[in-house]
Amino acid sequence: MNLWLIPVLPLIGFAITGIFGRRLSRTAVSAIAVGSVFLSFVWVLRVLAGMSTFEAPYVERYFTWFRSGDLSIDVSFGLDRLTAVMLLVVTGVGLLIHLYATGYMAHEGGYYRFFAFLNLFMFFMLVLVLANNFLLMFVGWEGVGLCSYLLIGFYFLEKFATTAGNKAFIVNRIGDFGFSLGMFLMVITFGSLSFDTVFPAVEKMPPETGAGILTAISLLLFVGATGKSAQIPLYVWLPDAMAGPTPVSALIHAATMVTAGVYMVARCWTLFTHSQVTMEVVAIIGLATAVLSATIGLVQNDIKKVFAYSTVSQLGYMFLGLGSGAFAAGVFHIVTHAFFKALLFLGAGSVIHALAGEQDLQRMGGLRKHIPITFWTLLAAAVAIAGVPPFSGFHSKDAILIAAHHHAPWMYWVGVATAAMTAFYVFRAIFLAFFGEYRGTAHPHESPPAMWAPLAVLAFLSLAGGYIPVLEFLEPVFPHMEEEHDILLVMFSVMAGLAGIALAYFMYVLRPGFAGALAARFAGAYRLLYNKYFVDEIYAAAIVDPVVQGSRSILWRGFDVHLIDGIVNGIGHRSHNIGALMRMWQSGNIRSYAAWVVLGSLIVIIALGFGGLR
Amino acid sequence: MTLLDVVMFAPALAFALILLLPAAAHDIIRKAALALSLIVFLLSLALVPAVWQAGSSYHFEADVQWIHYPNIRYHVGMDGLGLWLVMLSTLLTPVGILVSWRHIDRRVKEFYAFLLLLEFGLIGVFVSLDLFLFYVFWEVSLVPMYFLIGIWGHERRIYAAVKFFLYTMAGSVLMLAAIIYLYNKSGTFDYLVLQELISSGRLILGHLEQTLLFLAFFFAFAIKVPLFPLHTWLPDAHVEAPTAGSVMLASVMLKMGTYGLLRFCLPLFPEASRENAPWIVVLAIVGIIYGALVAMVQPNMKKLVAYSSVSHLGFVVLGLFSFNQNALDGAVYQMLSHGISTGALFMLVGYLYERRHSLEIAAYGGVASPAPWLSSVFLITTLASIGLPTLNNFVGEFLVLQGAARANFTWAVFAATGVILSACYMLWLYQRVFLGRYAAPAAHAEAAEAHDPGADHGHPGPHGPGPGEAANRLHDPGMPDLSIREWAAMLPLLILMVWMGTAAQTFLPAIGASNARTLETLGVQEEYRVKTPARAPSAALPQEVAHAR
Repeated sequence: MNLWLIPVLPLIGFAITGIFGRRLSRTAVSAIAVGSVFLSFVWVLRVLAGMSTFEAPYVERYFTWFRSGDLSIDVSFGLDRLTAVMLLVVTGVGLLIHLYATGYMAHEGGYYRFFAFLNLFMFFMLVLVLANNFLLMFVGWEGVGLCSYLLIGFYFLEKFATTAGNKAFIVNRIGDFGFSLGMFLMVITFGSLSFDTVFPAVEKMPPETGAGILTAISLLLFVGATGKSAQIPLYVWLPDAMAGPTPVSALIHAATMVTAGVYMVARCWTLFTHSQVTMEVVAIIGLATAVLSATIGLVQNDIKKVFAYSTVSQLGYMFLGLGSGAFAAGVFHIVTHAFFKALLFLGAGSVIHALAGEQDLQRMGGLRKHIPITFWTLLAAAVAIAGVPPFSGFHSKDAILIAAHHHAPWMYWVGVATAAMTAFYVFRAIFLAFFGEYRGTAHPHESPPAMWAPLAVLAFLSLAGGYIPVLEFLEPVFPHMEEEHDILLVMFSVMAGLAGIALAYFMYVLRPGFAGALAARFAGAYRLLYNKYFVDEIYAAAIVDPVVQGSRSILWRGFDVHLIDGIVNGIGHRSHNIGALMRMWQSGNIRSYAAWVVLGSLIVIIALGFGGLR
Repeated sequence: MTLLDVVMFAPALAFALILLLPAAAHDIIRKAALALSLIVFLLSLALVPAVWQAGSSYHFEADVQWIHYPNIRYHVGMDGLGLWLVMLSTLLTPVGILVSWRHIDRRVKEFYAFLLLLEFGLIGVFVSLDLFLFYVFWEVSLVPMYFLIGIWGHERRIYAAVKFFLYTMAGSVLMLAAIIYLYNKSGTFDYLVLQELISSGRLILGHLEQTLLFLAFFFAFAIKVPLFPLHTWLPDAHVEAPTAGSVMLASVMLKMGTYGLLRFCLPLFPEASRENAPWIVVLAIVGIIYGALVAMVQPNMKKLVAYSSVSHLGFVVLGLFSFNQNALDGAVYQMLSHGISTGALFMLVGYLYERRHSLEIAAYGGVASPAPWLSSVFLITTLASIGLPTLNNFVGEFLVLQGAARANFTWAVFAATGVILSACYMLWLYQRVFLGRYAAPAAHAEAAEAHDPGADHGHPGPHGPGPGEAANRLHDPGMPDLSIREWAAMLPLLILMVWMGTAAQTFLPAIGASNARTLETLGVQEEYRVKTPARAPSAALPQEVAHAR
């Protein structure tokens, strides 16, 4: 069915805009960029329509990438129900965001460069999703990281943007370090990296011999996931990644790339479920990340930072679901999150667009009247993420929380508390931006149709997306979960969400001064949260600075220059006359050089003669 | 006379032809050198088909008496290992000539003559099957490089050249002693005969004897690699060398060391190799991390790339002494990949140097604005160098680490940190040189004019997060974008980066076959069969030609 066309179409788009983009008009660039993703989306639909049944995974093999000994790595794509869901999300949401970006980026420099990178991203993301072995998945995995780097640093004249790009790449490399080691162990254990070989082998592994190695492999893979999906301890790059243009934040840093870790864990559910330890670690890391970043999100003033921490938090939710064994719920949350979080970012972009670059919530306010479409669509996203029934977030979050309760009740309660915080910070942003009086100086104007049309589609999906039967569709893929539908548990989480909204309404609409007073009252806590627990500073002081300073003063200047070269030059100094002799060699006379070569050879042969005579 | 003899002596002939040209005819000399080196390259291409699929045996073998007493033979041949290294030499020579086109403006004739002589030496090293012949070529390649650094280098060129020469000589004297010792013991310099004598047990070396011989060879090769802590000649040599010298040095000459280890140390002294592997591996891993850390803090671009080579070559040595198919294949692949991507990095640094006459990172900044193609190409090369999948280095690094993990998982854990660090130093370099706001040096400041408003570049526009000035593409005559000639030199390497990264099977079968033979002589059992019973039957795997063993 030519699955390869799905990623290759955007790659062609990249090649054209990347090489000739400078000479092409903006219309042509948009047509190629959006068109290639559109075709890719159409091809996904066509392929899925042609899949009468998903009984057996469908695999297409193209060529051998490399082979060494008995390790053979193929370039091959596979399609099953999980892939189908991801393909629809990536190409569907991707298409909407491409379309939006043609409006958002209309007045920016580097238009072609932007779309070239965006298309390249689509290519790598689709490779990641379609890959039928770990190494090819890793190609996509690193590739999307590259595009993330390129697009975070899109405004490359600005140091903060390029530094954020470097940070994203390097932190992700730390995660990839774990991913690679996981792959090495897998090859040692199973002799292959192909999904078709590894997963059946895991199934057949007797628990007494397999537990240790499978725990090691799955934990190492999870290290990779913490990098790409911004979990503790590697989440620090994602908030900084907001330095990129807003469509990038929506596509890469909310809807698709950052869910790659979740996808990977879900894809490897066989591996993960064979290790209780890993499952527990996944759940706890997910939950801890969800709480931690939600608390930071409570007090941020940059609208994109609020949503960035929200993304980290929601990804934590997904891992909580996976760790609790609810893989389908985790993937379902990828889907609904892609809708409402992409919408939140695109809406935020629309606000920023309207205010000519303003991102500070404290300098917004009253925008409801000026940009009504943006307001209403953002509101749709907000109710979805807050878990208000019957909107999309409610369904997936509910599934995760119930699974968490089944796994460990305390996790459910922490999750509920996080849900309250989520509702609070999202509505805080909504109220600060759209209610009250306008506190800024720009002249707000509504965005063009190219921008609000995708908003409208995403708003519809955010509201109604919960009824897409993702859970049912994925049922055959994952191990069966016991149903536990306690209406009371659902009630609690919904109540928590509503309470969060109510509190935000109280603090930012009814009593606008209250938040400031509260911050002043608990200044220490506020500063701690506002400064994100000083994690960046701690990392810099504990890791980055010692490594850099140590390398400079101890390794380079101390060891290399002083010790080794000191010894070498000491020897050299004693034989200084040899050096002086050598300077004579530079006579510039080619015949004398030749003479030296001959002389040298002669010495060697004479030496040899002596050796031979012995 | 085989094709290999033709390829081998063609550079020597070209060297002689260049010498015949009048010294003042700079342009003719350049063009002649380029044309001749291209002919050599095309000739070498013809070697590929024969060796490509059957790399385990020696092709184009020639074995004639050269000197009667002592019995030195002209014995050459080419297997899968030699093939790609020869190709690397013949490819990079014309590339090196192209990058020197404008840069070298004095003693032009000698410069190109030395480059071709260097090529002759390099090819000889990679095809010699007689230990003495190998030694002669080893020295022949040393001499032109010494002069390339010493005559056309930068300020401290004499210091660097002498250091380079002394370091290498120190090693090769030991190697020569070992070669002569072996000759006294066996009566032959012939590598294949020696190997046969040793593996069949007809030449028995005592434990101490073997260890000392191994160390003598190893020391010579380790200096050339260079293996930590014998690497300090490399940064100086690179910084002082002219661009073409750096390119040839990094791309091909360093591989003489790793080639020697793989060709001679491992098969001739298998027990000693295995015994000494632990500490050698430790040095290799220390080199990987140490080279990367020191690269991270270099203020000089060439030094940075030089230390990165120490790190990358550490991977190669790690692979060689992990003694399994994956690791060896990866090591050889990494040798080739490093040749391509680091060669390209030195060329690009050279391009920058020709524009601003500084190697200091601090002298640059924002180069992406006036020279977008230069910076794009630099970025691709950077990504290749840090092992991005789909580009060349990834395959080699992956296989080396995989093989090392099979030998000892802890090795892989430590070595893989080098992959993280490489991203740090290269991306920081890229950021400082190419990104940010462009500032023309004072001399060009008035000439650098804002131009072509709104076309590009990297600037937050009306709703981006920064100050919203109009975005401009800058034109600075002092920082032009890539010229046609510069493109011509870069393009083959760029193509190879992608090619080697995506279609590794073009190169790996020949390498794998040659390595399988080496492993056989090493007597290392392939022990990494699957430990679990559950494994897909091989019938499920694609039906392709079985891997040549």
